[in-house]
Amino acid sequence: MKELIKKLVETYGPSGNEDKIRQVIQEEIAGLADEVRTDALGNLIARKRGQNGGKRVMLAAHMDEIGVIVTHVDEKGFLRFGAVGGVWPHTLLGGRVVFANGTVGVIGTEKVEDEERNKVIPLEKLFIDVGAVDKTSVPVQIGDVAGFSRPFADMGKRLVAKAFDDRIGCAVLIQTMRDLKKTPHDVYFVFSVQEEVGLRGAMTSAYGIEPEMGLSVDVTLTGDTPEAQTMAVELGKGPAIKVKDGRMLAHPGVKRLLVETAEAIGIPYQLEVLERGTTDATAIQVSREGVPAGCVSIPCRYVHTPSEMVDYDDVTNAVKLLVAMLEKPIIL
Amino acid sequence: MILQQLSEAFGVSGYEDAVRQIIFDAIRNDVDEYRVDSIGNLITLKRGTGEAPFKVMVTAHMDEIGLMITHIEDNGQLRFAPVGGIDDRILLSKTVCIGDKKIPGIIGVKPIHLQDDKEQEQVIKGDKLTIDIGATSKAEAEQLVKVGDYVAFTTSFADLGPTVKGKAFDDRAGCAVLIEIIKAGPYPFDLYGVFTVQEEVGLRGAQVAAYAIEPDVAFVLEGTICDDMPKKKDVSPTTELGRGPAITIMDRTFIADRRLVKLLVDTATELGIPYQFKQPLMGGTDAGAIHTTRTGVPSVTVAVPSRYIHSPVCLLSKSDFENTARLMQEALRRLTPATIGK
Repeated sequence: MKELIKKLVETYGPSGNEDKIRQVIQEEIAGLADEVRTDALGNLIARKRGQNGGKRVMLAAHMDEIGVIVTHVDEKGFLRFGAVGGVWPHTLLGGRVVFANGTVGVIGTEKVEDEERNKVIPLEKLFIDVGAVDKTSVPVQIGDVAGFSRPFADMGKRLVAKAFDDRIGCAVLIQTMRDLKKTPHDVYFVFSVQEEVGLRGAMTSAYGIEPEMGLSVDVTLTGDTPEAQTMAVELGKGPAIKVKDGRMLAHPGVKRLLVETAEAIGIPYQLEVLERGTTDATAIQVSREGVPAGCVSIPCRYVHTPSEMVDYDDVTNAVKLLVAMLEKPIIL
Repeated sequence: MILQQLSEAFGVSGYEDAVRQIIFDAIRNDVDEYRVDSIGNLITLKRGTGEAPFKVMVTAHMDEIGLMITHIEDNGQLRFAPVGGIDDRILLSKTVCIGDKKIPGIIGVKPIHLQDDKEQEQVIKGDKLTIDIGATSKAEAEQLVKVGDYVAFTTSFADLGPTVKGKAFDDRAGCAVLIEIIKAGPYPFDLYGVFTVQEEVGLRGAQVAAYAIEPDVAFVLEGTICDDMPKKKDVSPTTELGRGPAITIMDRTFIADRRLVKLLVDTATELGIPYQFKQPLMGGTDAGAIHTTRTGVPSVTVAVPSRYIHSPVCLLSKSDFENTARLMQEALRRLTPATIGK
């Protein structure tokens, strides 16, 4: 799966600009689904038809990643920018970004006063330098969006990359499609758009699918690094089954189903209580008349930085968990 | 100019009746169907000449920011709360009108003689101010106004030559553009011209109108922020007066459909109509509610730049207004289902 993961994380695709990553995923899932379509907002929806009148199940992983958007090009050719999604200003200075047309930019700052040296430099003081000599030689314009640039690194058991949030979820969904040979359920694999700016793709795709059960597959935070926030999720202890996050209480039946499945097939799992942040499942849960919803999370360190870290075993176990769940009848 | 009538009309969010009536009178003979929905949106349909079933929704919001009476003091002074995004700094010493009877009032200010140095440097919060209608007691005030009455500013419209000034160009400018678009029809598709309510308090009208119409594409017309005064730093002016219609790529509420942005840019380029991109991430519009309706609606916002919005007096350029109307009409004539891949 590592090759697939590398390909996904290194592809450009900030929120609202998912064309390239959608194309890559579309190629990866060719032949694995009975129907594939792209909806009005750009969600890629692949349906695997069930044989025995099971449930209509929606699995969602978002294709988009956080990034930056050009808000102004000044006379000397420097770009001012704003955040697309939850960008930490801490992570920006000295970083590199890449635009859809391949233009590379580095992030610099205005003069930092002595008394500001220990403070986070706000976005308003930063700019992107694309190596232009003046305004007319800037190869991008206002409204163009860049993603962060950082190569994938395979550390063996652990993997590091930008955009594991949520390309790792996309990888899990693709591998699940590959490994799932037979299912009684009508399964919709949704590679959603615009999660990072407000779960927007999940809203419209869930409305269209009208699922009887919905799951998001996304990253979650961990509490296993030095002086971290208190959180009982660790890298390598198995996929996390969400109980609660900042905006959703998982359906108890969905949570139970996942726990029982993990125990039945003997994979490690952890229960996740995330205090802040949420996933596409929040939008799915309140779609139309309401949908029993939950989330399978991949524990991830340094989320929303250009170097996010996951454990490879957690990833492969998440695939096993989803495949096993989908092979059996679902009773909530 | 219908913009004058629209600008001077009283239409704070939730109380858009007068604005709706003006618009209705202006377009009733130009549309095939019209109705007012349960929340107050004026929904019109101008049937298309084309064969393909294709529904295009173009919206502008009728409501404006304002105030609401919350309490009447024993001395007859009126307390109020903001409706929509009100800047406390603009309240001082304004004339207003209140409720159905348009009772005139003023938000008074303590004369400079009575202020100490500290007071002169402070912004007075809205909840410390009152509206004075000349009543001397609570009973007297209650004869004229009630708690819950709406309050609007009373700025008059004026033609300044290349520009006009007035209140509520956000979004009466959009309403006026939409009226022109409707009158210039028909188009090859069904045009749903929708004048929405309650945008300023949370895109509420647009949400239900889009649900009912189920459009294939949506355009949102706005009067938007313009911040083009000289600055020390070389940073974005948001939009600039006189530089043409402002196209939104991304704001707080939505990301515009790239294909629709391209349609607008290509149309403007072909016809030599000036245009500008609005500074990304600033503000929000009805497109935020429309684009996630049902299975999703490709959407874009086009706006007339307007200085000093969300204050009692704004200023816009006539050429920007005319170019916005022209760009929209021409873009709509070039719009086909294929534009969005249908």
